[in-house]
Amino acid sequence: MSDIAIRAENLGKQYRIGMQIERYRTLRDSIVDAAKLPARLLRGEQDSGNNTIWALDDVSFEVRKGEVLGVIGRNGAGKSTLLKILSRVTEPSAGYAEIHGRVGSLLEVGTGFHPELTGRENIALNGAILGMKRAEIERKFDEIVEFSGVSKFIDTPVKRYSSGMYLRLAFAVAAHMEPEILVVDEVLAVGDAEFQRKCLGKMSDVASQGRTVLFVSHNMSAILRLTQETIVLEKGKLVMRAPSAQAVDYYLTSGFAQTGEHYWQADEMPTDAAPFCPIALRVRNPAGQIVDTARSLEPVIVEVEYSLSAAISGLRVGIYLMSTHGEHIFTSFDTDDQSRYERYTTRPAGHYTSRCTIPADLLNEGRYIIGMNASSFRVQRYFQDEYALAFTVDAAGAPGMQWLEPRMGAIRPRLDWQVEQKDRLPAGRMDAA
Amino acid sequence: MAETTLTTKPPEEVIILRPSRGWIALNLRDLWRYRELIYFLTWRDIKVRYKQTVLGAGWAVLQPLLNMIVLSVIFGSFAKMSTGGIPRPIFTFAALLPWGLFSKALSEAGRSMLSNRSMITKIYFPRLIIPLASVLGGTVDFAIQFVILIGMMFFYNFAPTPAILILPLFLFLTLATALGFGLWLSALNVLYRDINYILPFFTQLWLLITPVAYSAQDVVPPEWQLVYALNPMVGVVEGFRWALLGAQAPPIETLLVSASISIVLLVTGMYYFRRMERTFADLV
Repeated sequence: MSDIAIRAENLGKQYRIGMQIERYRTLRDSIVDAAKLPARLLRGEQDSGNNTIWALDDVSFEVRKGEVLGVIGRNGAGKSTLLKILSRVTEPSAGYAEIHGRVGSLLEVGTGFHPELTGRENIALNGAILGMKRAEIERKFDEIVEFSGVSKFIDTPVKRYSSGMYLRLAFAVAAHMEPEILVVDEVLAVGDAEFQRKCLGKMSDVASQGRTVLFVSHNMSAILRLTQETIVLEKGKLVMRAPSAQAVDYYLTSGFAQTGEHYWQADEMPTDAAPFCPIALRVRNPAGQIVDTARSLEPVIVEVEYSLSAAISGLRVGIYLMSTHGEHIFTSFDTDDQSRYERYTTRPAGHYTSRCTIPADLLNEGRYIIGMNASSFRVQRYFQDEYALAFTVDAAGAPGMQWLEPRMGAIRPRLDWQVEQKDRLPAGRMDAA
Repeated sequence: MAETTLTTKPPEEVIILRPSRGWIALNLRDLWRYRELIYFLTWRDIKVRYKQTVLGAGWAVLQPLLNMIVLSVIFGSFAKMSTGGIPRPIFTFAALLPWGLFSKALSEAGRSMLSNRSMITKIYFPRLIIPLASVLGGTVDFAIQFVILIGMMFFYNFAPTPAILILPLFLFLTLATALGFGLWLSALNVLYRDINYILPFFTQLWLLITPVAYSAQDVVPPEWQLVYALNPMVGVVEGFRWALLGAQAPPIETLLVSASISIVLLVTGMYYFRRMERTFADLV
């Protein structure tokens, strides 16, 4: 019995896009196509088109049994496609993969749940869909109900559940699958903070039981916490496989131009951002120059440039600061301060820049990621880009730089220490009075 | 690495994933392994169907009863077609049983892939289970109607003949026909969505060319009998009526032609479905 759980060699998946586009057909085309129709119907071919993309391109890797592998990449990089292939939901278009053991997939919770059936009935149904035998489901039934916390409502139709209860029940069933290989896709992205914490807890239980886990997520701290190694996918290709910290760092800092500013392209803008339109995010030094490296001795200025096509009330524009380990350091909005909050309740249409200064002697050396958020509290989030710009902090002259050692932590404040001598002790005596 | 103890340790199976081309194996072993899922999906469809209705399972009986009344009036009182001495209600109702299973399979199976699309795109299981479960869901209705039919036979003091021993054969044939068509339709409907729209129309027409309310021997001229038998439901309905009610036995050629069409459709349906299965998750 080999110790490989998954082996993928040159896996590729091709999709045809724009399949429904009607082209202008000539009579000759129509006649020829009609003549070929019976054969084509049987083969299930659609109109030939040159619009194909390779969602996965030449991906090869191996996962040993018991390994917990993270999979990260931008949206559209091919992560979900890879999981779908490994879960046998879809077929590869090229390449080869070998799976040793039973695969359990958590690509979405609540698959197969039917709103008319009760919680109890849905547990049985969902368990069967996920591949559990009836005996197994019965054995684990009480555990599942307990984990979900909906025991009082277990006999009401699921359509009466709140979305939170629904998610908890669905995840409870899925969490009790016992496959040799567990494949998880962003499931943890839904639900409230408490639910996410519970999911992560269960995931680490599963991982520590020695099962092989393939974990796709955008949540870098979850990746770092749960996985040992991580692969990075970019536009369908596997660009890196490394210990998770390294891979996360690469992912967060790659694709950032080394220019200290980030312009948002039109295609990055979701349609519901209007009337807010982000333009650019910049890092400047006190002299006003755009830089990609700032000195910890100097204040750092971060500015967000944007335009409003109509007035917005209650708008706040702010930044996130993150380390390249995925830790959030702080969030700060331009109307955090009470007086500014009162002054800028409504912003009329126009072109704006919101600028803030990060004080000197605050940040430790290293690379940081700035994200941007424009929203109105509990009303609408206009635009968010969590990983918009990266910059480096150079610690020359920072407190403690006379010793060349790395300091842990994101901040490195210059604290005012006082050394006080209380008493003189006679030499040789170790204990204090 | 800590020792992993699983409750059962099946022999390790290796699954190979690679692009498939052309016709592929039916993989009935996989289907057998997922047999419990067939039960669960069938159970789900049945439960859901009657959960919020007032009459519940009563609908299973009401529909063929109404059909029977209408057909009896049209073909009996108006057209005065012969039933070979069997009381008209039983004559028609008995034929409506296999017909009901068949027409239900046509409409349900056609939709089954689309209505289960969230499962198909997220989880692996042999996709054959979906049309299979939707056809099997009709057997519960069939069973209820069967009980009603037995009741009617008692009411009319109508005793079955020894031909009833062959009934299981025709039950199987009914199921095979329904499944064969169901598989073809469910696969085709994923690719060509308009199939489900023309289906009700075709089902209506089909009812007329199937000897539900009349007997094939009486209506169809002898030289056309074999062509007529190309409709697989002819063999099913006539055979069912013969076995259960002792009606005039259909000629053996009719039975053979109809039955072979059924089997051919079933087998080709399974292979076609399997061949198109690789595209389902991407197209549905």
